[in-house]
Amino acid sequence: MTFKPIKFYQTGSFAVGNRLLSENLRTVQSDIARSDSLTLGHRACQGCGEALGARYALDAAMRATGNKVLATNATGCLEVFTTPYPETSWQIPWLHSVFGNTAAVATGIAAALRAKGRQDIRVVAQAGDGGTEDIGFGCLSGMFERNDDVLFICYDNQAYMNTGVQRSGATPPAARTATTEAVGSEPGNVFGQGKNLPQIAMAHEIPYVATATVSELHDLEAKVEKAMTIRGARYLHILVPCPLGWGSEPSATIRIARLAKETGLFPVFEAEDGEITGVSKIRHKLPVESYLLEQRRYAHLFAPTENRDVLDKIQAIADRNIVRYGLWDQKTEEDGNMSIATEQ
Amino acid sequence: MLEQIEGSRAVAKSVALCRPEVICAYPISPQTHIVEALGVLVKTGELAPCEFINVESEFAAMSVLIGASATGGRAYTATASQGLLFMIEAVYNAAGLGLPMVMTLANRAIGAPINIWNDHSDAMAVRDSGWIQLFAETNQDAADLHIQAFRLSEEISLPVMVCMDGFILTHAVEEVEMPSQEHVDTFLPPFYPRQVLDTEEPVSIGAMVGPEAFAEVRYLAHAKQLLAKERIPEISREFESVFGHSAGGLISAYRLEKAETVVVAMGSVLGTIKDAVDDLINHGINIGVLGITTFRPFPLEEVYARLSGAKRVVTIEKAFAVGMGGILATDVATALSRAQVDQYSVIAGLGGRPVTKASVISLLQDAVSSKLDPLTFMDLDHEVVKKEIARMNESGRSGPPAENMLREMQLKTFSKQKERAASEEPG
Ligand SMILES: Cc1ncc(C[n+]2csc(CCOP(=O)(O)OP(=O)(O)O)c2C)c(N)n1
Ligand code: SF4
Ligand SMILES: [Mg+2]
Repeated sequence: MTFKPIKFYQTGSFAVGNRLLSENLRTVQSDIARSDSLTLGHRACQGCGEALGARYALDAAMRATGNKVLATNATGCLEVFTTPYPETSWQIPWLHSVFGNTAAVATGIAAALRAKGRQDIRVVAQAGDGGTEDIGFGCLSGMFERNDDVLFICYDNQAYMNTGVQRSGATPPAARTATTEAVGSEPGNVFGQGKNLPQIAMAHEIPYVATATVSELHDLEAKVEKAMTIRGARYLHILVPCPLGWGSEPSATIRIARLAKETGLFPVFEAEDGEITGVSKIRHKLPVESYLLEQRRYAHLFAPTENRDVLDKIQAIADRNIVRYGLWDQKTEEDGNMSIATEQ
Repeated sequence: MLEQIEGSRAVAKSVALCRPEVICAYPISPQTHIVEALGVLVKTGELAPCEFINVESEFAAMSVLIGASATGGRAYTATASQGLLFMIEAVYNAAGLGLPMVMTLANRAIGAPINIWNDHSDAMAVRDSGWIQLFAETNQDAADLHIQAFRLSEEISLPVMVCMDGFILTHAVEEVEMPSQEHVDTFLPPFYPRQVLDTEEPVSIGAMVGPEAFAEVRYLAHAKQLLAKERIPEISREFESVFGHSAGGLISAYRLEKAETVVVAMGSVLGTIKDAVDDLINHGINIGVLGITTFRPFPLEEVYARLSGAKRVVTIEKAFAVGMGGILATDVATALSRAQVDQYSVIAGLGGRPVTKASVISLLQDAVSSKLDPLTFMDLDHEVVKKEIARMNESGRSGPPAENMLREMQLKTFSKQKERAASEEPG
């Protein structure tokens, strides 16, 4: 078997689409037989990254399990926009209990399935960043520690969106939220706070931890599919831009998600048993401004005058990520485009 | 089979005979022995298939039960006091979703001040949550009620809480007629859930409901409790026909026929009250007892039927609504709103203070001679409270009240000891 690298010249990514790929490499989303786990009729804002992320992730989980998925959902935008009574956009069995307990509810489902000898059915728990990092953290850590057979997906839009954009433990420094207004001497969210949930998940030494964004569908789907091949607690942290909370154009959701990765602000990686096993390299390294400028939550950094100090501090965060995770090889970028191996 | 057994172990064995599939454990006195015993049964394989999960909090325990029940698993946990409060959001949620499950509440006071001993404050804190609440008078009751609880819960698709007095019952070794597996299997069919997460028939459970239907969904919860009120006596009769002894039901009556004065109470304190009543009857007082076995749904009609002919009713309870008074007494008053009955509300046994027969007798004598206050805190040291109020009036920083009052109590004990020593001094 020989391998020949192929290049996609248009964007240097898989984003040229599925037509150039053999069928088994195409996305779940491109398959007309996809499960449409989260289908039309929901009430998310235009360009909602969370709606997109949930649909991608669950359809991938469904394919990976032969359509045997039970899902739980914490309170939050995803729960609210998908189920206003009497409609529901969920085509899969779905359970919402309260805001802070979705990991434990998932544990209960997994336990009942085990008692019934139905381990062919798999459990996916879903929450926003607030439901994951803040109020839901106790239950999540317990689920991790017991290594319960649950894939937990955090849809990270970096604030409490459903209640009107308040700061969470995932809100980045300098970002304006309704509780970190862009006023005073340090406008926006302060520096030096917040938590890194993927790292905390890894510290539990669970079998699989990964991050992804809605901009790289192949990568996201591959991570879900991989997660479904593994037993035990798994954690997937997906960056999902929120046009309403971030003050961005609905049409810019995918681009902004990609910029988060390309600037180094959001490291995309995989880890197994507490060790990082793969990172998605930055293809075209960009300064953080290119990401920040698209979002009104950072507008105070650019007007009335540019706040260089703060921009430098944010750049320093990106630079640290790049070093810490090895996100960027100058040489790879100079070589042009990424390559994949195809069977000849 | 008759066994000399600790209340907690009797409950654990009884629960195990119900073949639960998911059990959550989180330690809090006085329920801990129950889940410990169940843990052993699962680990040895005596109880199988069953998943025993050591959770990280009571909030998780109740949440795990929610997930398990929604997947069609028979689910059980036990808690008390602070543990119940810690899980309360999920407690309401389980009832709101209409998910069957059984939880033992080993009744214990709620802090602050922190106190591990028995009263009913914990059960009362969730009386409006939508759970069915059954109260055991004895350990035999506790063992039997759990079996009935699973049956009831699954039939009407609501969670059921079996309340048993912490320590007084949980830690008491008594003779209990333990049920056989065969009888339990006859009485309790396998769990057939009304709503279930099923890949073949996908449903959404826990959807958002707006003003257009919320009242109806909530009313259904009430309607189901009313249905439970009908089913509970029937289930109790069926239980008797299978197990050969009676247990459960809505209420229990003791020497109630034509009683002029009736004492109403719940839980183990009924034993002391019955003893006191026996003595009073021997002294020619016409008095009887009404025990409340089912507190939610509250048996309004049955209470009315049994009490409306009495002259006076004395409700003795181990909890109260701060700023208001008796809780059970208020429910009894609602039942008697059309009747001409003098009503007394007595709060006793808070935080484990013993409810002695002597105190109960003297209190009931006061009631019979119309000398009792409408709201009475039995055996309360009013002097200590008055002193603390005076201290608060004197100083803007009077300090932590519990500490102050404890010190006051101790000083009183010392001075009593001194007096006694002085009087005992020879010569
Ligand atoms: C115990 C509790 N506290 C607060 C709320 C109010 N609440 C509902 S959704 C939400 C924000 C959710 O934020 P996140 O988890 O980040 O999800 P998002 O809406 O951003 O997707 C809050 C605060 C609640 N429902 N329950
Ligand atoms: S507020 Fe944000 S997360 Fe919520 S529906 Fe709108 S875009 Fe999606
Ligand atoms: Mg959020």
